[in-house]
Amino acid sequence: MSWLPTLVKACYFLAALLFILGLKRMSSPRTARDGIVWAGVGMLLAVLATFALPDLHHRGLILAAVLIGVAAAWWSGRRVAMTAMPQMVALYNGMGGGAAAGIGAVELVAHVRRALPAVPDTSPLRPEAWALDALHQVPAVAPLSAVALLLGVLGALIGAVSFSGSLVAFAKLQGWMDRRFVFPGQRIVNLLVLLLALVHGAMLATGHLELPVIVAFFVLSLLFGLLMTLPIGGADMPVVISLYNAFTGLAVAFEGYVLGNEAMIIAGMVVGAAGTLLTQLMAKAMNRSLGNVLFGSFGAAAGGAAREISGAQKPIEAADAAVMMAYAERVAIVPGYGMAVAQAQHKVWEFAKLLIERGVKVKFAIHPVAGRMPGHMNVLLAEAGVPYDLIEDMDDINPEFPNTDVVLVIGANDVVNPVAKTDPSSPIYGMPILDVAAAKHVIVVKRGKGTGFAGIENALFYADNTRMLYGDGQAAAGQLVSELKSLDG
Amino acid sequence: MLDGFLALYIFMLAAFTGHEIIARVPVILHTPLMSGSNFVHGIVLVGAMIALGHATTPFETGLGFLAVLLGAGNAAGGYVVTERMLEMFKPSAGKPGDKA
Repeated sequence: MSWLPTLVKACYFLAALLFILGLKRMSSPRTARDGIVWAGVGMLLAVLATFALPDLHHRGLILAAVLIGVAAAWWSGRRVAMTAMPQMVALYNGMGGGAAAGIGAVELVAHVRRALPAVPDTSPLRPEAWALDALHQVPAVAPLSAVALLLGVLGALIGAVSFSGSLVAFAKLQGWMDRRFVFPGQRIVNLLVLLLALVHGAMLATGHLELPVIVAFFVLSLLFGLLMTLPIGGADMPVVISLYNAFTGLAVAFEGYVLGNEAMIIAGMVVGAAGTLLTQLMAKAMNRSLGNVLFGSFGAAAGGAAREISGAQKPIEAADAAVMMAYAERVAIVPGYGMAVAQAQHKVWEFAKLLIERGVKVKFAIHPVAGRMPGHMNVLLAEAGVPYDLIEDMDDINPEFPNTDVVLVIGANDVVNPVAKTDPSSPIYGMPILDVAAAKHVIVVKRGKGTGFAGIENALFYADNTRMLYGDGQAAAGQLVSELKSLDG
Repeated sequence: MLDGFLALYIFMLAAFTGHEIIARVPVILHTPLMSGSNFVHGIVLVGAMIALGHATTPFETGLGFLAVLLGAGNAAGGYVVTERMLEMFKPSAGKPGDKA
C-alpha cells in the first residue's frame, strides 16, 4: 500500500490548488458563486483523503466528531439571519482558532511523551498512564524538531488568542455583551498577560515541556485574547474579526508545519496574508489605524470639544417625500444598518422599483463600512433582490451627488455626517463620507432625534436642504410605497 | 518532516498569493471574501483529524476530539455562510426592463 500516502499527498495538493483558485474566483462578483464551490470540493477531497491515511487511529471517534461538528455548524449557518452574518463568521473563525490551538496542545503533550522514552521515572511530568503507554507503544512519530516546536508553540498562542477573542467578538455583536470593559491600567495588565504568555511559550519552545507550563501557557493565551477584545467597541468589531481571521490562518499554517501537512501551510498562509490585507483595507475604509482600533478607545478621548450645531431639524410628511422623489430625475438611496435592523430592505427595494417604473434613475449608494462589515450592506441588499449593478461604491457616486435631485438616507448616520469633513475636533474627522449634502434635496428617514452608532451629532440633519421623515424604517418605507402607488391612482 | 528552507519558500509564496488575490477585490465582496477565507482555513480540520488519529493517551484523545469538533464547525459553518451570501449576488440581467 505504498501508493496510498502518495495518493493522499496528491489530494492535498489538489485541495490547495482548489482553495487558491476558489478564492481567486470569489474576488469577482461574476464568478464568486463558483469560487466557494471549488474551495468546498477541495475541502471535501482533503478530508476524505485524510481518512485514507494508513496510520490513523480512532477512526470512529474522528468520524463522530466530524459529523457532530458539521451538523451543528450546518444547522446554525442555515438558519441565521443575514444581518447576523458578521458574528457567525466570528464564531466559526474562533472555532478554527480553537482547533489550531487544540492541535498545538496535542502535539506538545505528545512531544513530552515521545521525548522521554521509557525512563523509569518518579517525576511528576510522567503520570502513570503515559508510562504504561510507553511500554507497549513504539512512538509512531519522531519528537519535534526545534523549528517545529517553536512554530507549534507560536501557532498555539495565536490560535488560542483568536479563539477566545473571536468568542468575545461574537458575544458583543450578538448583543450579549454590549458594553466595553475598560478599567484603569488595562493596557498594562494586558501587556503583562501577553508577556507572561510569551515567557511560558519561550519555556516550552526551549524544551521546558512540563505539563503545568503547558497548561499555564494556554490559560494565559486564552486570557490575553479575552482581555484584548473586551475594551474594543462594537463599531470596530469588523476590523477585529478580520484580524482574528488572519490570525487563525497563520495558526493553521504553523500547525501545518508541525504536522508536515503542506495543504494546511498553503491554505493557512494564503488566508493569513489575505486576511491581513483585508484588515488593513477595512481599517482604512473606517479611517482608523489598526493600532488605534486595538489600543485606542473610541469616543472617549476626543469628546468634549466637539462643535455645537445650530439650527433645527425640519420634518417632512411621507406623502410630500414620495411626490418629491416621484418627480425627480435622479434619486440616490443611502441605506444603513438601521434599515437592515428594521428589515426594511424589501420595502425599500419595492419603493425603488416603483420609482424606476416611473422613469426615475435610482442608484443605491453604499459606504464601505455600511452595515457591520465592509460589504455587509451589499449582502443585505442582494438578499432583498437588488441587482448589484444598481449599487454604487462611495468613490463612484460621490461626484454624482451634485446632479442628484433627491437623496433618501435610511438608517445611515455617521457615514453621511459632514462634520467628518468640517470639524477637526470630531472623533470621526477625516473619515471618508458619502457627500449627500451636495445633492439638491436630502430626505432622512430616522426613528427619533438621537445620535448614531458613534454617538456623534449629525450636522446633515440640520442642513437647509434636509428634511426629516421620522419613523421606523420599515413603516416609513411602507408609507412611501403606498403614497407612491396612490399617486398613480 | 518538511525541510526548513523549503517550508520557508512555501510560506513566502503562499503569503504573496494571498496578498495578490485580495489586492484588487471590490468592496462589495469584502464580507463574502472574509467569510470565504474563513472557510479555507477550515483545512485545520485535516490537521485536527491527524492529531486525533495519532493520539495515544486519553488526555490527548480528548483534546484531539475537541479540535476535530471545532475544526469541523469552522469548515462546515464557513461553507454554509459563504455560500448563502454569494448565492444572492445576481446582476440585473443587463436590461432595465426586467427589473419591475
